[in-house]
This record gives sequence, structure tokens and C-alpha cells, in this order.
Amino acid sequence: MKKITLSHGNGGFLMHRLIRDLFVKNLGNRYLNELDDAALIRLGKGRFAYTTDSFVIQPIFFPGGDIGKLAVCGTINDLAVCGARPRYISCAMIVEEGLEYSDLERITLSIKSAARSARVDVVTGDFKVVERGAVDKVFINTTGIGEVFKDIKLSMSYIRPGDKIIINGTIGDHASAVLISREGLKFKAKILSDCTHLDGLVASIICSDIKFMRDPTRGGLATTLNEISAGCGYNIRIDEKDVPIKRDVRALCEILGLDPFYMANEGKLIVVVSPRSAQKILHRMKRHPLGRYSNIIGEVEDDADGRVYLKTAIGGKRILDMLKIEQLPRIC
Amino acid sequence: MKYITEFRNNKIARNILMAISRKADGLDNKINIMEVCGTHTMAISNFGIRQALPPSINLISGPGCPVCVTPKSYIDKAIAFSRMPGVVVATFGDMMRVPGSESSLTREKSMGRDVKVVYSVLDALEEAEKNPDKKIVFLGIGFETTAPTIAASIVLAKRKNIKNFFVYSAHKVVLPAMRALAKDKKINIKGFLCPAHVSAIIGTRPYKEISKKYKIPCVIAGFELLDILQGILMLVEAIRYNRIDVLNQYTRVVKDCGNKKALRLLDMVFEKVSSEWRGIGILPESGLRLKKAFSEFDAEKALQTEVIETTPDVGCSCGDVLKGLKSPFECRLFGKKCTPENPVGACMVSSEGTCAAYYKYRK
Amino acid sequence: MCLGIPMKIVKIEGDRAVVRASGIERKIWINFLKEPRVGEYVIVHAGFAIEKIDPEEARETLKMLDSIK
Repeated sequence: MKKITLSHGNGGFLMHRLIRDLFVKNLGNRYLNELDDAALIRLGKGRFAYTTDSFVIQPIFFPGGDIGKLAVCGTINDLAVCGARPRYISCAMIVEEGLEYSDLERITLSIKSAARSARVDVVTGDFKVVERGAVDKVFINTTGIGEVFKDIKLSMSYIRPGDKIIINGTIGDHASAVLISREGLKFKAKILSDCTHLDGLVASIICSDIKFMRDPTRGGLATTLNEISAGCGYNIRIDEKDVPIKRDVRALCEILGLDPFYMANEGKLIVVVSPRSAQKILHRMKRHPLGRYSNIIGEVEDDADGRVYLKTAIGGKRILDMLKIEQLPRIC
Repeated sequence: MKYITEFRNNKIARNILMAISRKADGLDNKINIMEVCGTHTMAISNFGIRQALPPSINLISGPGCPVCVTPKSYIDKAIAFSRMPGVVVATFGDMMRVPGSESSLTREKSMGRDVKVVYSVLDALEEAEKNPDKKIVFLGIGFETTAPTIAASIVLAKRKNIKNFFVYSAHKVVLPAMRALAKDKKINIKGFLCPAHVSAIIGTRPYKEISKKYKIPCVIAGFELLDILQGILMLVEAIRYNRIDVLNQYTRVVKDCGNKKALRLLDMVFEKVSSEWRGIGILPESGLRLKKAFSEFDAEKALQTEVIETTPDVGCSCGDVLKGLKSPFECRLFGKKCTPENPVGACMVSSEGTCAAYYKYRK
Repeated sequence: MCLGIPMKIVKIEGDRAVVRASGIERKIWINFLKEPRVGEYVIVHAGFAIEKIDPEEARETLKMLDSIK
């Protein structure tokens, strides 16, 4: 490989390989090697989750949110899915020369609002300005620390055949909202990003029946399911008819030839539970405002070739591979 | 979604599948049905139709995808255009990943060249209007469904006296490819599933010649689940009872005479020339080139640039795979040098090209 | 090569129209259509309406599909 391409950062297969072959290879340790959304560390008597994420989204303002809200929620979610209660975050900004002050203010207020809503404090930060063109308007990095819930241990190694996969709502909302707001495509729609923090939803369901959780973001639901399948070693079967999707998101995907399973989300939670606790967890999720459209979408299978299958409505089978290349609108 | 949901009814789908099984029962051998439209290939894969069909029906994906049949040299030249100062290359998303000899449009874009993905050719025209100091080169790919839209944009550009809009045409027409495949006794096509929207433009009549001459029933089918299944059922019945004819399943959109306005525009702006189909070779009267009256919009005439020599694909069996003569596993590059992340040939480039599809199902 | 979906004409402005499907709207060109009318459904491909959907034919097709046993 000679040059890093955009595909190396899109959350799919190439990125995973780069992480494995360059970063884990050289920097690996027992924490990093887990490649979890957050590292679970011990400091004194406490168990903490520690995570970092960088946000480079374009456009920086989109229907339903902005890069500030995203930067806070993204990191909070990484902590929440590890079974931790988010407590403190940091916020480092790199701003492009020429950015409107009002834009920076708007982003800062979004950060304030999201942090307040999730009851986390922004305890430290950094601010840099670089020459025009060196970054695209603003890049934000956040790190977060959370307290792991007592007696909660989540791991892909606990996953067994028969376990159920639950999602808290509709897929593809965020990517659709961002697509619509990008000037080039000229579509009008009322789609809002699902950008939100999931710690409240997690807190309402956290218990020892939950084996594993992850929030599908870049690369879509399919990529996250592939990560889980690879991590636990078993195949995953998803029933297409059970996956919630908004009608306008579906329509946009039909028009542009995009697959909603590979479209980014920013407020979705995948929960893997044993079959006997599935209904209980589903019920609890549905009671929470962020889980109203929760559904059991599939299950872990006996076979172990590390594949994710979609069972189509007519009983056909479609393999959902990990995202390899960024999806683009097509005519064919 | 209106006119979509009704045509995806699962209960009806299962009934049609059972009817297909019953009719296919009476057939002596495995029958090869070729679908010639990339959109059909995608839909068949997305709905999971292949696994649901009886094993006696062999659905072959034909060369109906602009991504699959565009020659490497076209990409090399498109890349050369993108490297010219002041040039913006505007394209449908489909072409971004197609590998040229050394690079791809995606790669060029990541290295800072001005390459834009558009949903409509008119967006490229608007880009030209808004940026008079830039030269917009639109990559014209697609068959008879898309070509009229590019023709319309050229007529509009002429009317508005726009001087910085150019089209680099790789447009092709479907029939010559169908003819070449029907002729090939090795492929042994027993029935054609004809493209829905190409037929909306050209009508049903052009297929009559193929059907009659090569004794192959042709069914024009829509892209929805029930359309495809009904189309396959109609084909199996026609094959079983030896009904050599052109049948229209997609009557709600396709008329026998096609779309006269679109055909007139096509005829006004384009003329048919020989063109190269990746994997098949050169077919006469199979490509569309801008007529002299519109040559000011022809990128090849208006913009001079050096293009690297196109390297041939060594060991690539796309041609045979496209024709259904070889399975991807029989190509020596498959899964080794040629993978979805680093595709060598056309069949792997398109995410539903035969090889890409087989790659997903590899053991 | 022919990805196109049915959308409803909600407003006509000369050669252009606003079409809508499940809450998604766009302005497209309708120059290929014969006497387009608001309320009609059309197949939209790459920013153009390439043909109308005939509701009568659609009904007939669905009836026939329903009758397959």
C-alpha cells in the first residue's frame, strides 16, 4: 500500500485492516488489542471506560444536529455501549482560518447542550487555528471517561448461537440527513439525523442479561454486525422485514441506489442478549423514548464462517459483507 | 411507496415462485436465461431471487452494466482530463471506482483532482454555468435510458450558448450486445430478460429481430420483485412451449413504440458508431458519438490531452465470465490478484458484477 | 443502467416539475413526457421523467399477478 485513501477511513474493511496491521501491530497492548469502543481500565479500585474519537463530518451543520453535538454524543455512546456511565469529556478543536465566529459559537452551544443533556462535564480542551485549506471548517476530537456499571461485563466472547440481536430504531437516518443537506444532490426531505446520546437508554436496560452492545455508526449496521460476527466467531442472520427503516429514508435509498444497511447512524444501539431475556430487554427498550421503534432483528447462528446473512422477504439469502468502499449514488 | 410496495408483495412472490417451479419441472435440461441490465442484476441479488429459483434455471448476468463494459482506455482518458488544469470531471457515482491502467477516479479525487459525483447530467451543466472559468467534462455513460438525458443537456447547452460544457461519451446501445450473445452458440441462451427502462425508451419492437432470428423468447420485465418473477415465469413458459416472441411484462411503463420524444432527441444529437465492450470486444453500431452539429460539446474533440497507454488485463477472464462461459472460480486472478478492493476486471468492479457477487458467497 | 423509481408530479413549471415519493422531493425535467399532469406518477431516472406510469395497466398487472396460484 502506497497511499492512504478515503476508503481507509470509512469504517469498513480497509480501515479495519489498517488498524490491525499498523496500529495494533505496533501499539498493541491488552487494552488496545480488544479494539472495543472504549478501553476498560482500572485505576485504583475503580473500573473505568476510556475512549476517544475525532469528528470531521461535512457539512458541519446538518438537519438534526451539527459537528458539536456529534462530537459529544459519539464519545458518550462509545462509553455507554461498554456498560459505563459517561462522566467527563475533553474537547479539542482545530479550526480553519476564516470560519465564521457565529458558526463556532453555534457549535459550542451544541456541545454545551449535548453535554448538559447527558450530564457530563467538558473538563478540559484545546483550540488551534490552521491555515485556510488545512482542515475543512472545523475538526473536533473528544475523549471521554465513564464509570463502568457494577458487576457489568460485556464481551463478544459471551455471544452464543441462538442469541438475539435487538436494535433500538430505524437505520440510515443520519447518512440520509447528511446526504440531503449536501448541495450537490438537490433533493428536499424532512429527514433528521438520529444523532443523540444513548447513555440514558443504556442505563434503563443495563443488566447481566446483556452480553454485548455496540452503536453502529460509519459503515452502517452491516459493518457493525460483521465486527460482532468476526469477534464472536459465529454467523449472524438478520431478517430483512424486521429491520426498522423510515419510509423517506427507504425512498431516498431507492432513488440513489444506496443500501440502507451501509448507511451511517448516530443514535442507534445494537444489543445482543440470550434468547430467554430478549423479550424482557426489548420491552424495556420500547419504554424509553429512544427505543420506541426497537425490534428484534435477527439472531446468532450455529455456523461459524464469520458471515452476516440477510434473509430477504421471499426467503432468499443475501450476504452482508463489511463495507469495502464508500457508497455512491448510482444510475445502474 | 406507491407502485413499489404493491409489486413487492411476498405472498404473491411465493405463488409465482411455485408456478415457476411447476413450469420448470417440464423442462429437459438446465436453461440459461440472461438478464441484460445491471439494474436487474442488482435487484435479483437484493431480493435474493437466485436462491429461490429452481436449480434448473440458470440466471446469467449479461453485459448490461455500464460499469462492466466501459473499456479501461476510457477511464484512462477520463483520468487524463481530470489532471488538466481548470477541468472539472463530473460523473455518475458508478464510474468512480472503475480501475484504469494506473488509477481510478476515486483515487484521483483523493489526490486533489476536481472530480464531482452528480445525480443528473443537468447538475453538471449547472456547474458549467456557475463556473465559466472552468471546463466541465461530463462522463456520459449508460444505455438508452440515460443517453437521451445527456442529449437533452447538450441541446439545452447549445440553446443557452454555454461554451464550457463537454460530454465524453461512452454511451452504448443494448441490442448489438444482445445480438452478439444470442449468436454465440457456446453461451446457449434460451431466453432474454430485457431491460425495463431501456425498453421504456426504445419500445418492444427492436427485440423482435433478435427473437425471430435466433429463436429466443424475450420478455421485458420491470425491476420490482414481482416484475422480475413474473418475467421469469413468462420466459419459462415461452421456452417450455416453444413460443418464440417478444412479450411485455412491464406494460404499465413500456409501450410498443417506446418514447418518441426521447428517441427523437437521441437521433438529433447522437450517431451510432463502433465501440469497444470490455470483455466482449468491438461491436459495430453499438456506441453513441456526438453528431458533427454538436461536436463543440464533444470532449474528445475540444480537449487535447496526453493519455497513457492502456495496459491490457492479463489473465482476466471477464469476457468469458460475462458471457456465462466460465465461472469466476475458473479465472486465475479471482480472489488473488482480483478482489473487490482491488478489482482488475469489469466483473469485479461493479458490486453486483458476477465476480463481486461470487466473491461474497465464497467459502 | 436504468435505476428509476415511481414519483408523483406535484407541481409543473414549464419543462420542469416537482416530484415526490414518500416525503422525498426534487425538481426534475419532464420534457420527455406527453402532456404531463399534476397527480400523475412517472419513472424518474437521473433527474428526468422518462415515462409515465399507466394506472390502468398497473391495475391489470396486479390483478394478473394476484391470480397466479
